[in-house]
Amino acid sequence: MERLLYSRALRWWTILRIALEERMVYRGDFALGTLMRFLPIITQIFLWWTIFETIGAEQETEHPEIEGFSFHDMVAYYLLTMLSRAFSSMPGLASGIALQIRNGEIKKFIIQPVDLVGFLLLNRIAHKIAYYSVAFGPFLIVFTLCWWGGYFDSVSLPWTTWMAFLASLIMGFLIGFFLETAIGMIGFWFLEVSSLLFVYMLLSFFLSGHMFPLTMLPDNEIIGRLSYRTIVDMLPLKYLAYFPAAICLETVKGDDLIRGLWIEAGWLVFFMVMCRAMYAAGLRRYSGYGG
Amino acid sequence: MTFRVNFLIQCISSVSWSAMNYGFFEIVFSYTGSIGADSGWGKYEYFVFLATTWLINSLIQTFCMPNAQEFSELIRTGNLDFALLKPIDTQFLISFQKVEWSSLTNGFMGLGVLIYSLSQLASRSPTPLVLSPLTIVLYIFYLGCGAAILYSVMISLAATSIWLGRNQSLYNFWFYITNFSRYPMEIYARSWGLPLFVLFTFVIPVLVVVNVPARLLADPLQSQDTWKWPLAGFALFATGMSLFVSRLIFKAALRSYRSASS
Repeated sequence: MERLLYSRALRWWTILRIALEERMVYRGDFALGTLMRFLPIITQIFLWWTIFETIGAEQETEHPEIEGFSFHDMVAYYLLTMLSRAFSSMPGLASGIALQIRNGEIKKFIIQPVDLVGFLLLNRIAHKIAYYSVAFGPFLIVFTLCWWGGYFDSVSLPWTTWMAFLASLIMGFLIGFFLETAIGMIGFWFLEVSSLLFVYMLLSFFLSGHMFPLTMLPDNEIIGRLSYRTIVDMLPLKYLAYFPAAICLETVKGDDLIRGLWIEAGWLVFFMVMCRAMYAAGLRRYSGYGG
Repeated sequence: MTFRVNFLIQCISSVSWSAMNYGFFEIVFSYTGSIGADSGWGKYEYFVFLATTWLINSLIQTFCMPNAQEFSELIRTGNLDFALLKPIDTQFLISFQKVEWSSLTNGFMGLGVLIYSLSQLASRSPTPLVLSPLTIVLYIFYLGCGAAILYSVMISLAATSIWLGRNQSLYNFWFYITNFSRYPMEIYARSWGLPLFVLFTFVIPVLVVVNVPARLLADPLQSQDTWKWPLAGFALFATGMSLFVSRLIFKAALRSYRSASS
Protein backbone atom coordinates (compact mmCIF):
# COMPACT_ATOMS: atom_id res chain seq x y z
CA MET A 1 0.00 0.00 0.00
CA GLU A 2 2.79 2.35 1.00
CA ARG A 3 4.76 1.47 -2.11
CA LEU A 4 1.77 2.07 -4.28
CA LEU A 5 1.22 5.47 -2.79
CA TYR A 6 4.89 6.30 -3.17
CA SER A 7 5.04 5.27 -6.80
CA ARG A 8 1.92 7.22 -7.50
CA ALA A 9 3.33 10.33 -5.87
CA LEU A 10 6.54 9.86 -7.82
CA ARG A 11 4.62 9.60 -11.05
CA TRP A 12 2.75 12.86 -10.47
CA TRP A 13 5.96 14.58 -9.36
CA THR A 14 7.67 13.54 -12.60
CA ILE A 15 4.77 14.89 -14.63
CA LEU A 16 4.95 18.18 -12.73
CA ARG A 17 8.72 18.48 -13.20
CA ILE A 18 8.64 17.81 -16.93
CA ALA A 19 5.82 20.28 -17.43
CA LEU A 20 7.77 22.89 -15.45
CA GLU A 21 10.89 22.44 -17.56
CA GLU A 22 8.85 22.65 -20.71
CA ARG A 23 7.41 25.98 -19.65
CA MET A 24 10.71 27.64 -18.83
CA VAL A 25 12.14 27.42 -22.35
CA TYR A 26 11.10 30.86 -23.54
CA ARG A 27 11.39 32.89 -20.35
CA GLY A 28 12.81 36.13 -21.81
CA ASP A 29 9.99 36.54 -24.28
CA PHE A 30 7.62 35.63 -21.49
CA ALA A 31 8.83 38.33 -19.08
CA LEU A 32 8.68 41.01 -21.76
CA GLY A 33 5.19 39.89 -22.73
CA THR A 34 4.05 40.16 -19.12
CA LEU A 35 5.43 43.66 -18.73
CA MET A 36 3.74 44.70 -21.97
CA ARG A 37 0.47 43.39 -20.68
CA PHE A 38 0.40 46.27 -18.21
CA LEU A 39 0.41 48.83 -21.00
CA PRO A 40 -3.39 48.98 -21.39
CA ILE A 41 -3.50 49.98 -17.71
CA ILE A 42 -1.93 53.28 -18.70
CA THR A 43 -4.85 54.25 -20.94
CA GLN A 44 -7.23 53.09 -18.21
CA ILE A 45 -5.49 55.31 -15.67
CA PHE A 46 -5.91 58.38 -17.87
CA LEU A 47 -9.51 57.55 -18.70
CA TRP A 48 -10.48 57.16 -15.04
CA TRP A 49 -8.38 60.14 -14.02
CA THR A 50 -10.44 62.27 -16.39
CA ILE A 51 -13.73 60.70 -15.32
CA PHE A 52 -13.05 61.22 -11.61
CA GLU A 53 -11.91 64.78 -12.22
CA THR A 54 -15.13 65.45 -14.11
CA ILE A 55 -17.24 63.99 -11.33
CA GLY A 56 -15.28 66.09 -8.83
CA ALA A 57 -16.01 69.22 -10.85
CA GLU A 58 -19.68 68.31 -11.28
CA GLN A 59 -20.27 67.59 -7.61
CA GLU A 60 -17.79 70.18 -6.41
CA THR A 61 -15.95 67.78 -4.16
CA GLU A 62 -12.26 67.23 -3.53
CA HIS A 63 -12.63 63.45 -3.26
CA PRO A 64 -14.96 62.15 -5.94
CA GLU A 65 -16.10 58.55 -5.56
CA ILE A 66 -17.90 55.94 -7.64
CA GLU A 67 -19.63 53.34 -5.48
CA GLY A 68 -17.02 53.81 -2.75
CA PHE A 69 -14.09 53.71 -5.18
CA SER A 70 -11.78 56.70 -5.29
CA PHE A 71 -9.56 57.26 -8.33
CA HIS A 72 -6.65 55.54 -6.62
CA ASP A 73 -8.85 52.60 -5.60
CA MET A 74 -9.95 52.26 -9.19
CA VAL A 75 -6.38 51.97 -10.46
CA ALA A 76 -5.55 49.57 -7.63
CA TYR A 77 -8.64 47.58 -8.62
CA TYR A 78 -7.43 47.15 -12.19
CA LEU A 79 -3.99 46.07 -11.02
CA LEU A 80 -5.50 43.59 -8.59
CA THR A 81 -7.80 42.11 -11.22
CA MET A 82 -4.72 41.57 -13.34
CA LEU A 83 -3.28 39.63 -10.44
CA SER A 84 -6.42 37.56 -9.99
CA ARG A 85 -6.62 36.94 -13.74
CA ALA A 86 -3.03 35.72 -13.54
CA PHE A 87 -4.40 33.00 -11.26
CA SER A 88 -7.73 32.23 -12.88
CA SER A 89 -7.06 32.56 -16.61
CA MET A 90 -6.27 29.32 -18.39
CA PRO A 91 -4.90 30.13 -21.83
CA GLY A 92 -5.20 27.23 -24.24
CA LEU A 93 -6.75 24.80 -21.76
CA ALA A 94 -10.20 24.27 -23.22
CA SER A 95 -9.05 24.49 -26.83
CA GLY A 96 -6.25 22.02 -26.05
CA ILE A 97 -8.70 19.46 -24.65
CA ALA A 98 -11.05 19.88 -27.59
CA LEU A 99 -8.13 19.42 -29.98
CA GLN A 100 -7.01 16.25 -28.20
CA ILE A 101 -10.52 14.88 -28.45
CA ARG A 102 -10.72 15.70 -32.14
CA ASN A 103 -7.38 14.30 -33.19
CA GLY A 104 -7.71 11.24 -30.99
CA GLU A 105 -4.81 12.01 -28.67
CA ILE A 106 -7.21 11.60 -25.77
CA LYS A 107 -6.93 7.83 -26.31
CA LYS A 108 -3.69 7.74 -24.38
CA PHE A 109 -5.48 8.73 -21.20
CA ILE A 110 -7.90 5.87 -21.66
CA ILE A 111 -5.09 3.34 -22.03
CA GLN A 112 -2.42 4.74 -19.72
CA PRO A 113 -2.83 4.72 -15.94
CA VAL A 114 -2.92 8.52 -15.88
CA ASP A 115 -6.06 10.47 -15.16
CA LEU A 116 -6.73 13.21 -17.72
CA VAL A 117 -8.07 15.83 -15.33
CA GLY A 118 -5.31 15.22 -12.80
CA PHE A 119 -2.69 15.36 -15.51
CA LEU A 120 -4.06 18.63 -16.85
CA LEU A 121 -4.29 20.11 -13.38
CA LEU A 122 -0.64 19.32 -12.62
CA ASN A 123 0.34 20.68 -15.99
CA ARG A 124 -1.53 23.85 -15.26
CA ILE A 125 0.02 24.19 -11.80
CA ALA A 126 3.44 23.82 -13.40
CA HIS A 127 2.48 26.40 -15.97
CA LYS A 128 1.39 28.81 -13.27
CA ILE A 129 4.50 28.26 -11.13
CA ALA A 130 6.68 28.92 -14.16
CA TYR A 131 4.56 31.92 -15.00
CA TYR A 132 4.80 33.48 -11.54
CA SER A 133 8.52 32.88 -11.20
CA VAL A 134 9.05 34.86 -14.39
CA ALA A 135 6.15 37.30 -14.09
CA PHE A 136 7.08 38.15 -10.51
CA GLY A 137 9.61 40.72 -11.72
CA PRO A 138 7.25 42.69 -13.99
CA PHE A 139 4.45 42.50 -11.41
CA LEU A 140 6.81 43.73 -8.69
CA ILE A 141 8.00 46.65 -10.83
CA VAL A 142 4.48 47.81 -11.70
CA PHE A 143 3.06 47.31 -8.20
CA THR A 144 5.99 49.12 -6.58
CA LEU A 145 5.66 52.02 -8.99
CA CYS A 146 1.97 52.26 -8.23
CA TRP A 147 2.63 51.95 -4.52
CA TRP A 148 4.87 55.00 -4.74
CA GLY A 149 2.25 56.70 -6.83
CA GLY A 150 -0.11 56.27 -3.87
CA TYR A 151 -2.58 54.07 -5.72
CA PHE A 152 -2.61 51.47 -2.95
CA ASP A 153 -3.21 53.94 -0.13
CA SER A 154 -6.47 52.34 0.98
CA VAL A 155 -5.07 48.78 0.98
CA SER A 156 -4.00 47.88 4.51
CA LEU A 157 -4.35 44.08 4.50
CA PRO A 158 -4.57 42.81 8.10
CA TRP A 159 -3.61 39.14 8.15
CA THR A 160 -7.22 37.85 8.10
CA THR A 161 -7.94 39.81 4.91
CA TRP A 162 -4.63 38.63 3.55
CA MET A 163 -5.58 34.98 4.18
CA ALA A 164 -9.01 35.50 2.61
CA PHE A 165 -7.37 37.15 -0.38
CA LEU A 166 -5.00 34.22 -0.81
CA ALA A 167 -7.83 31.70 -0.43
CA SER A 168 -9.93 33.50 -3.01
CA LEU A 169 -7.00 33.56 -5.43
CA ILE A 170 -6.38 29.83 -5.07
CA MET A 171 -10.06 28.98 -5.38
CA GLY A 172 -10.23 31.35 -8.33
CA PHE A 173 -7.46 29.34 -9.97
CA LEU A 174 -9.32 26.07 -9.36
CA ILE A 175 -12.69 27.42 -10.52
CA GLY A 176 -11.03 28.75 -13.65
CA PHE A 177 -9.40 25.39 -14.24
CA PHE A 178 -12.48 23.19 -13.78
CA LEU A 179 -14.75 25.60 -15.63
CA GLU A 180 -12.49 25.71 -18.67
CA THR A 181 -11.87 21.97 -18.58
CA ALA A 182 -15.62 21.44 -18.60
CA ILE A 183 -15.90 23.74 -21.61
CA GLY A 184 -13.16 21.76 -23.32
CA MET A 185 -15.12 18.55 -22.66
CA ILE A 186 -17.93 19.96 -24.81
CA GLY A 187 -15.58 18.86 -27.59
CA PHE A 188 -16.91 15.31 -27.06
CA TRP A 189 -20.22 16.50 -28.46
CA PHE A 190 -19.20 19.30 -30.86
CA LEU A 191 -16.16 19.14 -33.06
CA GLU A 192 -15.36 22.81 -32.91
CA VAL A 193 -15.51 24.75 -29.67
CA SER A 194 -13.33 27.74 -30.58
CA SER A 195 -16.20 30.11 -31.31
CA LEU A 196 -18.01 28.97 -28.18
CA LEU A 197 -14.82 29.62 -26.27
CA PHE A 198 -14.60 33.10 -27.72
CA VAL A 199 -18.09 33.89 -26.51
CA TYR A 200 -17.15 32.57 -23.05
CA MET A 201 -14.02 34.72 -23.08
CA LEU A 202 -16.02 37.83 -23.92
CA LEU A 203 -18.62 37.13 -21.28
CA SER A 204 -16.04 36.43 -18.64
CA PHE A 205 -14.16 39.62 -19.51
CA PHE A 206 -17.29 41.63 -18.89
CA LEU A 207 -18.92 39.66 -16.07
CA SER A 208 -15.82 38.71 -14.09
CA GLY A 209 -15.18 42.37 -13.34
CA HIS A 210 -12.07 42.58 -15.48
CA MET A 211 -13.53 45.51 -17.41
CA PHE A 212 -14.87 47.51 -14.45
CA PRO A 213 -15.81 46.94 -10.79
CA LEU A 214 -19.06 44.96 -10.77
CA THR A 215 -20.57 47.25 -8.13
CA MET A 216 -20.85 49.85 -10.88
CA LEU A 217 -23.57 47.82 -12.60
CA PRO A 218 -27.00 49.48 -12.46
CA ASP A 219 -29.01 48.59 -9.39
CA ASN A 220 -32.51 49.17 -10.74
CA GLU A 221 -34.74 46.13 -10.76
CA ILE A 222 -35.33 44.52 -14.14
CA ILE A 223 -36.89 41.10 -13.53
CA GLY A 224 -38.87 40.82 -10.34
CA ARG A 225 -36.56 41.98 -7.58
CA LEU A 226 -33.44 41.25 -9.58
CA SER A 227 -31.17 43.96 -10.94
CA TYR A 228 -28.16 43.56 -13.24
CA ARG A 229 -25.99 43.84 -10.18
CA THR A 230 -27.69 41.06 -8.24
CA ILE A 231 -27.78 38.77 -11.27
CA VAL A 232 -24.08 39.16 -12.00
CA ASP A 233 -23.43 38.79 -8.30
CA MET A 234 -24.98 35.31 -8.40
CA LEU A 235 -22.84 34.13 -11.33
CA PRO A 236 -19.60 32.26 -10.67
CA LEU A 237 -17.61 34.42 -13.08
CA LYS A 238 -17.03 37.16 -10.53
CA TYR A 239 -14.69 34.88 -8.58
CA LEU A 240 -12.27 34.95 -11.51
CA ALA A 241 -11.37 38.62 -11.12
CA TYR A 242 -13.69 40.85 -9.11
CA PHE A 243 -13.91 38.96 -5.84
CA PRO A 244 -10.20 38.74 -4.90
CA ALA A 245 -9.69 42.39 -5.82
CA ALA A 246 -12.74 43.41 -3.78
CA ILE A 247 -11.38 41.50 -0.78
CA CYS A 248 -8.04 43.25 -1.06
CA LEU A 249 -9.68 46.69 -1.31
CA GLU A 250 -12.03 45.71 1.54
CA THR A 251 -15.12 46.40 -0.54
CA VAL A 252 -16.26 42.98 0.63
CA LYS A 253 -15.68 42.40 4.32
CA GLY A 254 -17.05 40.86 7.52
CA ASP A 255 -19.97 38.48 7.08
CA ASP A 256 -20.22 39.20 3.35
CA LEU A 257 -16.64 38.06 2.97
CA ILE A 258 -17.18 34.78 4.84
CA ARG A 259 -20.38 34.07 2.93
CA GLY A 260 -18.64 34.94 -0.35
CA LEU A 261 -15.85 32.49 0.35
CA TRP A 262 -18.33 29.70 1.16
CA ILE A 263 -20.28 30.34 -2.02
CA GLU A 264 -17.02 30.34 -3.95
CA ALA A 265 -16.15 26.96 -2.43
CA GLY A 266 -19.62 25.73 -3.41
CA TRP A 267 -19.07 26.78 -7.01
CA LEU A 268 -15.70 25.07 -6.97
CA VAL A 269 -17.27 21.75 -5.91
CA PHE A 270 -19.99 22.22 -8.51
CA PHE A 271 -17.51 22.66 -11.34
CA MET A 272 -15.36 19.77 -10.11
CA VAL A 273 -18.36 17.43 -10.18
CA MET A 274 -19.54 18.78 -13.52
CA CYS A 275 -16.10 18.31 -15.01
CA ARG A 276 -15.95 14.67 -13.83
CA ALA A 277 -19.49 13.95 -14.99
CA MET A 278 -18.84 15.42 -18.40
CA TYR A 279 -15.62 13.46 -18.76
CA ALA A 280 -17.38 10.21 -17.86
CA ALA A 281 -20.29 10.92 -20.20
CA GLY A 282 -17.92 12.04 -22.91
CA LEU A 283 -15.83 8.88 -22.71
CA ARG A 284 -18.96 6.75 -23.07
CA ARG A 285 -19.73 8.64 -26.25
CA TYR A 286 -16.22 8.73 -27.57
CA SER A 287 -14.99 6.33 -30.19
CA GLY A 288 -11.41 6.34 -31.40
CA TYR A 289 -10.50 5.05 -34.81
CA GLY A 290 -7.20 4.28 -36.44
CA GLY A 291 -3.79 3.75 -34.94
CA MET B 1 -19.71 31.76 -47.57
CA THR B 2 -18.50 28.19 -47.24
CA PHE B 3 -18.73 28.01 -43.47
CA ARG B 4 -21.99 29.76 -42.85
CA VAL B 5 -22.50 28.98 -39.17
CA ASN B 6 -18.92 29.86 -38.37
CA PHE B 7 -19.38 33.15 -40.22
CA LEU B 8 -22.51 33.87 -38.24
CA ILE B 9 -20.83 33.13 -34.92
CA GLN B 10 -17.92 35.37 -35.85
CA CYS B 11 -20.39 38.14 -36.63
CA ILE B 12 -22.15 37.63 -33.32
CA SER B 13 -18.95 37.63 -31.31
CA SER B 14 -17.63 40.78 -32.93
CA VAL B 15 -20.96 42.49 -32.31
CA SER B 16 -21.07 41.37 -28.69
CA TRP B 17 -17.60 42.78 -28.16
CA SER B 18 -18.83 46.17 -29.32
CA ALA B 19 -22.02 45.81 -27.31
CA MET B 20 -19.92 45.27 -24.19
CA ASN B 21 -17.94 48.39 -24.93
CA TYR B 22 -21.15 50.29 -25.40
CA GLY B 23 -22.51 48.90 -22.14
CA PHE B 24 -19.38 49.93 -20.30
CA PHE B 25 -19.71 53.55 -21.37
CA GLU B 26 -23.45 53.48 -20.80
CA ILE B 27 -22.53 52.63 -17.18
CA VAL B 28 -19.77 55.24 -17.03
CA PHE B 29 -22.18 57.93 -18.21
CA SER B 30 -24.64 56.97 -15.50
CA TYR B 31 -22.02 58.32 -13.07
CA THR B 32 -20.70 61.30 -14.98
CA GLY B 33 -22.09 63.86 -17.42
CA SER B 34 -19.05 64.01 -19.64
CA ILE B 35 -15.52 62.67 -20.03
CA GLY B 36 -13.40 65.63 -19.01
CA ALA B 37 -14.91 68.75 -17.47
CA ASP B 38 -15.53 71.36 -20.18
CA SER B 39 -14.15 69.01 -22.82
CA GLY B 40 -17.57 68.72 -24.43
CA TRP B 41 -17.41 64.94 -24.63
CA GLY B 42 -20.88 64.34 -23.25
CA LYS B 43 -22.68 61.05 -23.64
CA TYR B 44 -23.80 61.32 -27.28
CA GLU B 45 -20.71 63.19 -28.41
CA TYR B 46 -18.70 60.36 -26.92
CA PHE B 47 -20.85 57.73 -28.60
CA VAL B 48 -20.06 59.41 -31.91
CA PHE B 49 -16.42 58.98 -30.95
CA LEU B 50 -16.98 55.33 -30.04
CA ALA B 51 -18.85 54.63 -33.27
CA THR B 52 -16.01 56.23 -35.21
CA THR B 53 -13.56 53.92 -33.48
CA TRP B 54 -15.62 50.91 -34.53
CA LEU B 55 -15.96 52.12 -38.10
CA ILE B 56 -12.23 52.57 -38.54
CA ASN B 57 -11.39 49.35 -36.73
CA SER B 58 -13.83 47.36 -38.80
CA LEU B 59 -12.26 48.76 -41.98
CA ILE B 60 -8.86 47.67 -40.72
CA GLN B 61 -10.00 44.28 -39.51
CA THR B 62 -11.84 43.56 -42.73
CA PHE B 63 -9.20 44.60 -45.23
CA CYS B 64 -5.79 44.77 -43.54
CA MET B 65 -5.62 42.53 -40.51
CA PRO B 66 -6.01 39.15 -42.27
CA ASN B 67 -3.37 40.19 -44.79
CA ALA B 68 -0.85 41.31 -42.20
CA GLN B 69 -1.17 37.96 -40.45
CA GLU B 70 -0.85 36.16 -43.75
CA PHE B 71 2.27 38.18 -44.47
CA SER B 72 4.07 37.00 -41.33
CA GLU B 73 3.17 33.47 -42.32
CA LEU B 74 4.45 34.01 -45.89
CA ILE B 75 7.81 35.07 -44.51
CA ARG B 76 8.11 32.17 -42.13
CA THR B 77 7.24 29.57 -44.75
CA GLY B 78 9.21 31.24 -47.55
CA ASN B 79 6.15 31.59 -49.73
CA LEU B 80 6.86 35.30 -50.06
CA ASP B 81 9.11 34.31 -52.99
CA PHE B 82 6.06 33.80 -55.14
CA ALA B 83 4.64 37.19 -54.24
CA LEU B 84 7.98 38.85 -55.06
CA LEU B 85 8.10 37.20 -58.47
CA LYS B 86 4.75 38.55 -59.59
CA PRO B 87 4.89 41.64 -61.84
CA ILE B 88 2.91 43.80 -59.44
CA ASP B 89 3.85 45.97 -56.50
CA THR B 90 4.54 43.58 -53.62
CA GLN B 91 3.14 45.81 -50.89
CA PHE B 92 -0.09 46.22 -52.83
CA LEU B 93 -0.34 42.51 -53.51
CA ILE B 94 0.16 41.35 -49.95
CA SER B 95 -1.94 44.16 -48.45
CA PHE B 96 -5.22 43.49 -50.18
CA GLN B 97 -5.28 39.77 -50.92
CA LYS B 98 -7.77 38.64 -48.34
CA VAL B 99 -10.96 40.16 -47.04
CA GLU B 100 -12.54 39.13 -43.75
CA TRP B 101 -16.16 40.07 -44.32
CA SER B 102 -17.41 39.11 -40.88
CA SER B 103 -15.48 42.02 -39.32
CA LEU B 104 -17.65 44.40 -41.30
CA THR B 105 -20.56 43.74 -38.93
CA ASN B 106 -18.83 45.98 -36.39
CA GLY B 107 -18.91 48.74 -38.94
CA PHE B 108 -22.68 48.36 -39.34
CA MET B 109 -23.05 48.48 -35.60
CA GLY B 110 -20.90 51.62 -35.57
CA LEU B 111 -23.08 53.14 -38.25
CA GLY B 112 -26.19 52.42 -36.19
CA VAL B 113 -24.77 53.97 -33.03
CA LEU B 114 -23.47 56.91 -35.07
CA ILE B 115 -26.86 57.68 -36.60
CA TYR B 116 -28.63 57.28 -33.27
CA SER B 117 -26.18 59.55 -31.41
CA LEU B 118 -26.26 62.17 -34.15
CA SER B 119 -30.03 62.25 -34.10
CA GLN B 120 -29.88 62.71 -30.33
CA LEU B 121 -27.38 65.55 -30.74
CA ALA B 122 -29.46 67.14 -33.48
CA SER B 123 -32.45 67.33 -31.17
CA ARG B 124 -30.59 68.56 -28.11
CA SER B 125 -32.37 71.55 -26.67
CA PRO B 126 -30.25 74.73 -26.42
CA THR B 127 -27.85 74.26 -29.32
CA PRO B 128 -28.84 71.44 -31.67
CA LEU B 129 -26.11 69.99 -33.82
CA VAL B 130 -26.41 71.02 -37.47
CA LEU B 131 -24.59 68.87 -40.00
CA SER B 132 -23.54 70.41 -43.27
CA PRO B 133 -22.80 68.24 -46.31
CA LEU B 134 -19.22 69.47 -46.08
CA THR B 135 -18.87 68.06 -42.54
CA ILE B 136 -20.10 64.67 -43.70
CA VAL B 137 -17.73 64.64 -46.65
CA LEU B 138 -14.85 65.66 -44.40
CA TYR B 139 -15.83 63.00 -41.87
CA ILE B 140 -15.74 60.26 -44.49
CA PHE B 141 -12.47 61.61 -45.84
CA TYR B 142 -10.86 61.59 -42.40
CA LEU B 143 -12.18 58.10 -41.70
CA GLY B 144 -10.11 57.09 -44.72
CA CYS B 145 -7.10 59.00 -43.38
CA GLY B 146 -7.45 57.29 -40.01
CA ALA B 147 -7.63 53.89 -41.65
CA ALA B 148 -4.57 54.78 -43.73
CA ILE B 149 -2.57 55.70 -40.62
CA LEU B 150 -3.52 52.47 -38.89
CA TYR B 151 -2.73 50.55 -42.07
CA SER B 152 0.74 52.12 -42.07
CA VAL B 153 1.36 51.14 -38.47
CA MET B 154 0.20 47.61 -39.20
CA ILE B 155 2.24 47.10 -42.35
CA SER B 156 5.33 48.44 -40.55
CA LEU B 157 4.78 46.00 -37.71
CA ALA B 158 4.20 43.15 -40.15
CA ALA B 159 7.37 44.06 -42.04
CA THR B 160 9.42 43.68 -38.88
CA SER B 161 8.67 39.97 -38.97
CA ILE B 162 11.22 39.80 -41.82
CA TRP B 163 13.89 40.76 -39.32
CA LEU B 164 12.54 38.82 -36.40
CA GLY B 165 11.77 35.62 -38.26
CA ARG B 166 8.43 35.27 -36.71
CA ASN B 167 6.49 38.03 -35.06
CA GLN B 168 4.01 36.45 -32.73
CA SER B 169 3.55 39.58 -30.70
CA LEU B 170 2.35 41.41 -33.81
CA TYR B 171 -1.20 41.25 -32.59
CA ASN B 172 -0.26 42.33 -29.07
CA PHE B 173 1.81 45.27 -30.22
CA TRP B 174 -0.99 46.29 -32.51
CA PHE B 175 -3.48 46.11 -29.69
CA TYR B 176 -1.31 48.07 -27.27
CA ILE B 177 -0.59 50.86 -29.72
CA THR B 178 -4.13 51.28 -31.01
CA ASN B 179 -5.39 51.13 -27.45
CA PHE B 180 -4.27 54.73 -27.10
CA SER B 181 -6.42 55.87 -29.99
CA ARG B 182 -9.64 54.73 -28.33
CA TYR B 183 -10.15 57.74 -26.07
CA PRO B 184 -10.28 61.52 -26.64
CA MET B 185 -6.70 62.75 -26.90
CA GLU B 186 -7.16 65.48 -24.29
CA ILE B 187 -7.11 62.93 -21.49
CA TYR B 188 -3.39 62.28 -22.00
CA ALA B 189 -2.41 65.94 -22.03
CA ARG B 190 -1.52 66.15 -18.34
CA SER B 191 1.47 65.54 -16.03
CA TRP B 192 3.24 62.31 -16.99
CA GLY B 193 0.85 61.74 -19.88
CA LEU B 194 2.40 64.54 -21.93
CA PRO B 195 5.30 62.46 -23.30
CA LEU B 196 2.73 59.84 -24.36
CA PHE B 197 0.57 62.54 -25.90
CA VAL B 198 3.50 63.87 -27.92
CA LEU B 199 4.70 60.37 -28.88
CA PHE B 200 1.32 59.17 -30.11
CA THR B 201 0.44 62.42 -31.86
CA PHE B 202 3.66 63.35 -33.61
CA VAL B 203 5.78 60.20 -33.82
CA ILE B 204 3.24 57.39 -34.20
CA PRO B 205 0.15 59.48 -34.94
CA VAL B 206 -2.48 57.02 -33.68
CA LEU B 207 -4.15 59.68 -31.54
CA VAL B 208 -5.37 61.65 -34.56
CA VAL B 209 -6.91 58.53 -36.16
CA VAL B 210 -10.26 58.66 -34.38
CA ASN B 211 -10.00 62.07 -32.74
CA VAL B 212 -10.00 64.13 -35.91
CA PRO B 213 -13.07 62.69 -37.67
CA ALA B 214 -15.03 62.33 -34.42
CA ARG B 215 -14.22 65.91 -33.46
CA LEU B 216 -15.25 67.23 -36.84
CA LEU B 217 -18.57 65.43 -36.72
CA ALA B 218 -19.62 65.64 -33.06
CA ASP B 219 -18.16 69.12 -32.68
CA PRO B 220 -17.94 68.80 -28.88
CA LEU B 221 -16.76 72.34 -28.14
CA GLN B 222 -18.72 74.00 -30.95
CA SER B 223 -17.50 77.51 -31.72
CA GLN B 224 -14.98 77.55 -28.89
CA ASP B 225 -12.88 74.85 -30.48
CA THR B 226 -9.67 76.56 -31.51
CA TRP B 227 -7.62 73.51 -32.41
CA LYS B 228 -10.12 71.61 -34.57
CA TRP B 229 -8.84 72.93 -37.89
CA PRO B 230 -5.10 72.99 -37.08
CA LEU B 231 -5.53 69.39 -35.92
CA ALA B 232 -7.35 68.43 -39.11
CA GLY B 233 -4.54 69.99 -41.14
CA PHE B 234 -1.98 68.09 -39.13
CA ALA B 235 -3.91 64.83 -39.60
CA LEU B 236 -3.60 65.25 -43.35
CA PHE B 237 0.15 65.71 -43.03
CA ALA B 238 0.40 62.78 -40.60
CA THR B 239 -1.44 60.49 -43.01
CA GLY B 240 0.92 61.34 -45.83
CA MET B 241 3.97 60.87 -43.65
CA SER B 242 2.73 57.56 -42.20
CA LEU B 243 2.13 56.10 -45.63
CA PHE B 244 5.51 57.32 -46.82
CA VAL B 245 7.48 56.07 -43.81
CA SER B 246 5.72 52.71 -43.73
CA ARG B 247 6.55 52.30 -47.42
CA LEU B 248 10.22 52.97 -46.61
CA ILE B 249 10.15 50.46 -43.76
CA PHE B 250 8.49 47.87 -45.96
CA LYS B 251 11.08 48.34 -48.73
CA ALA B 252 13.96 48.21 -46.27
CA ALA B 253 12.56 45.03 -44.75
CA LEU B 254 12.17 43.40 -48.16
CA ARG B 255 15.81 44.11 -48.90
CA SER B 256 16.86 41.96 -45.95
CA TYR B 257 14.50 39.13 -46.87
CA ARG B 258 16.25 35.82 -47.25
CA SER B 259 13.97 33.12 -48.49
CA ALA B 260 13.18 30.37 -46.04
CA SER B 261 12.18 27.76 -48.59
CA SER B 262 14.47 24.97 -49.65
